[in-house]
Amino acid sequence: MLKDQDRIFQNLYNDLGSDIISSQKRGDWVNTKDLTDKGRDWIINEIKDSQLRGRGGAGFPTGLKWSFAPKEVGSRPHYLVINGDESEPGTCKDRDILRFEPHKLIEGCLLASYAVQAHICYIYIRGEYFIDGQKLQAAIDEAYKKNLIGKNAAGTGWDLDIYIHYGAGAYICGEETALLESIEGKKGQPRLKPPFPALIGLYGCPTIINNVETIAVVPTILRRGGKWFASLGREKNTGTKIFCISGNVNNPCNVEEEMNISLKELIEVHAGGVIGGWDNLQAVIPGGSSMPLIPKEKCETLTMDFDSLMAEKSGLGTAGIVVINKDQDIIKCMARIARFYKHESCGQCTPCREGSGWMWRMLERMAKGEASKDEVDMLGEVTKQIEGHTICAFGEGSSWPVQGLLRHFKDEIKKRNKFDPIVKENKNIPYLVDQHLLDKNA
Amino acid sequence: MSLKRPAKDQPENFEFNSSSLEAAKAMVAKYPEGKQQSAVMALLYIAQKQNNNWIPLAAMKHIAKFLDMPYIKVYEVATFYSMFNLSPVGKFFVQVCTTTPCMIRGANKLVEACKEKIAENESELSSDKSCSWMEVECLGACVNAPMMQINDDYFEDLDKEKTLKILDQILKGETPKPGSYRGRVNNEPENNRKTLMELKNA
Repeated sequence: MLKDQDRIFQNLYNDLGSDIISSQKRGDWVNTKDLTDKGRDWIINEIKDSQLRGRGGAGFPTGLKWSFAPKEVGSRPHYLVINGDESEPGTCKDRDILRFEPHKLIEGCLLASYAVQAHICYIYIRGEYFIDGQKLQAAIDEAYKKNLIGKNAAGTGWDLDIYIHYGAGAYICGEETALLESIEGKKGQPRLKPPFPALIGLYGCPTIINNVETIAVVPTILRRGGKWFASLGREKNTGTKIFCISGNVNNPCNVEEEMNISLKELIEVHAGGVIGGWDNLQAVIPGGSSMPLIPKEKCETLTMDFDSLMAEKSGLGTAGIVVINKDQDIIKCMARIARFYKHESCGQCTPCREGSGWMWRMLERMAKGEASKDEVDMLGEVTKQIEGHTICAFGEGSSWPVQGLLRHFKDEIKKRNKFDPIVKENKNIPYLVDQHLLDKNA
Repeated sequence: MSLKRPAKDQPENFEFNSSSLEAAKAMVAKYPEGKQQSAVMALLYIAQKQNNNWIPLAAMKHIAKFLDMPYIKVYEVATFYSMFNLSPVGKFFVQVCTTTPCMIRGANKLVEACKEKIAENESELSSDKSCSWMEVECLGACVNAPMMQINDDYFEDLDKEKTLKILDQILKGETPKPGSYRGRVNNEPENNRKTLMELKNA
């Protein structure tokens, strides 16, 4: 288990209070000026050395992303946008940062803005987190009052303004370009890439977009050094991560742990075990609903990081672990996820708009045993038609969980759906048109 | 995409009152000059708050004029996002999360409770017109499942009995206490905490 002093979010459970005075006691805002005095290149290099990968799901190296921002500010200003539109089913980590560690986020905003030369930072928070957003706003007001942000923020000589922009209940706005559209006051429909937001983003200006958790760990990395962060976890999958363990466990919780921790340890030690014991485990969704599920046999030895989950044809995503035990109907669980994606598709690309509905309706019938056995393979084909044929990654996100179900639970579906639509014998049903095809002598 | 239709009975006029106007101006100031359209979502929230938690078409027209943008663009935004109510909802607006993590911990029991106490159908006002409920997608409190949201507040770690009690309270016009209903502190593992123990005991 990770040592307590290596945990970045000391106030994850709000033992200490989230106000500025207790935050400063925990080390926030202590020597921000010393960090910026070392220069932009030092900050970006230190983040590169730490091998920090984005915590929002895709796992893109953060230092590399920052280095894409233009070196000189041209006629267009730079923007920093923080993605707090946490809507992936199974994920609730950013909410705890917003309400209990807001100053880590705000200080991270200052350091990141300085590194990418942005004077304005927008924090996009999902509309449902209104109360948590207000807590962040209170922290921002505190920081303004203490001159930690605003003109000459924290004595660094850098001006920074931070604004909160509330979403309004659209999962797709967690996609970075849809999020930019949403801030611009339009429907949240993703843009084609390229051009990438680092060059043409918000209002057509260079924009760096990072997840809340990614930015909130930045100050600690810079204080303790990229080497310290890289010493945790394993190569290319370094540092700590907040895992959200929900579903059929005895003590669902959020916990910050080292990358590459074993899944079994997370479930058994931190979440108090599966309801009904480990043997009652059916499957685990390892990284939020869009990642394919993993059956029990593989859960024994699985370690939680980007690359080892990729090797299992799944992914770490947002590290929202949903544990499903044998009391649940796995097809029904996946049908509900398909319904989620059908509801949240933005409607821009046809394969996703129509296909997400097809998948949902087919899975609903399969859960009831009303599908024909040919449809099982047809469902697989539908997912392949969506995946890779859409503007944004939503197409993958909606088809991967279905593919995961088909990969590991195909027998279960086939057992339940035996209905064969092909007429094999003559029946006294006049409107059954296929009867004339039957071999009369057979 | 969710199917949303504006209400049939629409008020003729809508204008921001003085406090809304002040809030709206503050919102527009957050964005660069000439980019006032960015404030459209914030202004729709303000209109929704002023107008008993729903947005009439007249308000969209008013906002379009206020932000100097085409009415259809405001309409687009209002119909795209699920948190803008285009027809009247109850003073207490109950949203039950039924996505998989909540579902496997018994969210359907919460729906049953809503059906018993408020109304048989979603988005239907209760007999005293004070409450309505609907099923929504993931509200982002999965480790506190099952849960529901009433107006801005989250009610977590529920079961049917506790939900019935909360609904009784709101039907009487009281405001129930938000947060966990199993008495746990935030998102810590209940009675099983293994980390940051020094801080807990401090």
